[in-house]
Amino acid sequence: MTKYTYTEKKDTRSGFGAGLLEAGKRNPKVVALCADLVGSLKMQDFINAFPERFVQVGIAEANMMGIAAGLTIGGHVPFTGTFANFSTGRVYDQIRQSIAYSDKNVKICASHAGLTLGEDGATHQILEDLGMMKMLPGMIVINPCDYNQTKAATIAIAEHHGPVYLRFGRPVVPIFTPADQVFEIGKAWMVSEGTDVTIVATGHLVWEAIQAGEQLEAMGISAEIINIHTIKPLDEEAILKSVSKTRCVVTAEEHNRLGGLGDSVAQVLVKNMPVPQEYVAVNDSFGESGTPEQLMEKYKLNAPAIVEAAQKAIQRKG
Amino acid sequence: MTTDIQELQGIASQVRRDVVRMVHGCQSGHPGGSLGCTDYLVALYFSIMKHDPSFNMDGEGEDLFFLSNGHISPVFYSVLSRSGYFDKAELGEFRKINSRVQGHPTTHEGLPGVRIASGSLGQGLSVGIGAALSKKLNGDDRLVFTLHGDGELQEGQIWEAAMFAPHNRVDNLIATVDVNGQQIDGPTKVVLSLGDLRAKFEAFGWEVTEMRGNDMAQVIDGLKKAIELSGKGKPVMILMQTEMGAGVDFMMGSHKWHGVAPNDAQLEQALAQLPETLGDY
Repeated sequence: MTKYTYTEKKDTRSGFGAGLLEAGKRNPKVVALCADLVGSLKMQDFINAFPERFVQVGIAEANMMGIAAGLTIGGHVPFTGTFANFSTGRVYDQIRQSIAYSDKNVKICASHAGLTLGEDGATHQILEDLGMMKMLPGMIVINPCDYNQTKAATIAIAEHHGPVYLRFGRPVVPIFTPADQVFEIGKAWMVSEGTDVTIVATGHLVWEAIQAGEQLEAMGISAEIINIHTIKPLDEEAILKSVSKTRCVVTAEEHNRLGGLGDSVAQVLVKNMPVPQEYVAVNDSFGESGTPEQLMEKYKLNAPAIVEAAQKAIQRKG
Repeated sequence: MTTDIQELQGIASQVRRDVVRMVHGCQSGHPGGSLGCTDYLVALYFSIMKHDPSFNMDGEGEDLFFLSNGHISPVFYSVLSRSGYFDKAELGEFRKINSRVQGHPTTHEGLPGVRIASGSLGQGLSVGIGAALSKKLNGDDRLVFTLHGDGELQEGQIWEAAMFAPHNRVDNLIATVDVNGQQIDGPTKVVLSLGDLRAKFEAFGWEVTEMRGNDMAQVIDGLKKAIELSGKGKPVMILMQTEMGAGVDFMMGSHKWHGVAPNDAQLEQALAQLPETLGDY
């Protein structure tokens, strides 16, 4: 399989901060809003560069979503920033009515998604956000895998007209995608070609999938790894092309098993090409406090879990 | 555009006819609040706002209006149509399948004049603030108007927005609360008291003014006064006292007609009280 190495680990939210600054430089209509989490969202560079284009709303996420919707009227491109939990579940109705149904050009940018938020525990670790955002008609849902891809995605969504949900995390993860990548919304990224099993991963689990691929290779199993950075619209063609060759699939995501990437992939398969599928995801439970590494281990969201799932999927091919 | 009070009263009479006929036509919708806000919306669209019925979403150089209490869509649609945004014949499709005049306003069907969906309450003040900030960023000195029900103020988001606007000197915003004292389950005093609204908004830092909303001359004066108060560092709040069902005697003074359609006899009774001035749709 294709070899991937890294020299640096960085948080994806810093990729967002860098991308936001760049998007602001490219388009004077880009504005940013934050609900009292400027440091967490890495928005300070944007604020320093464009203070007049920043709106601090305080701890009032519903108001933030409405103001963002209003800012689009007059041609602005608002990026909202807060934790993923408060970016989605807390304000679902505001997003539904004032942004998605109203087709407003708002970019909902969500940090600290998933279990790897860590020690804060389940109140802050949303594992349902991809599902909620996926269900909104017209909403683009993006979950990039590393710093570079998050930066590229942030720049790309500024140029897309319509509502977007962009999800990223808190911990540092390896940077393994090129700094000069072109981010194409809805186009899967082929990480590594293989023949025995397709591993479809999203977010920082793409790196875990690469580790799993190497372990599988050592066992004589050839894994094809696909990075699904855009969960909606899903690159069905890339998935079906791969599965037509491997005849089984593992999906890997830091999200509830119900309603996430795995379910999107299952829908495509059951309609077009039913094959065995194994989920690497949180098994319909809330999270808990712990270090990100401990939580990834306990909830089976790491490379060993992907290896095990791949073996199961291959076995089920019969 | 006119400042003639009698002419505006005449338009309001026609709009009220539209409202009761629309709600009767589909046997669904919200006549009470629509009739209560008719004078305000007629004054805005026919006398006060600078606006362009050829309509574009951004509304640069125009005054903008956002309806937050979206259930009073009948009056909103009638006023939009009567002021030239779309053909009045379309009012007959209200709440019917395949129409642009949905039960609650939406941009989704592309109806000219609608810039945000509303229906789930409490979101319009935030949207109005956003649009007002957008105008400031664009160097556009026109105003943003919003309308809210008094029951709607029970939504928490309203108070998030109420706190934000004065803090950020959003002084190109004129919000109006339709204080009719009624909501679906009964009088607001019984369901959940709103207390002293003037004191509440003033405490947040708003410039607050009041007017009677079913007296056209007062509405015009009240809106002009609000405009004079704008641009001075504070958002402006108009507390507008109205009568739910205004213009139709048997619909007034109760929350009963919040969301009830008149039957054939009641429609006739209502129309008998409302002279036709611009031709029915």
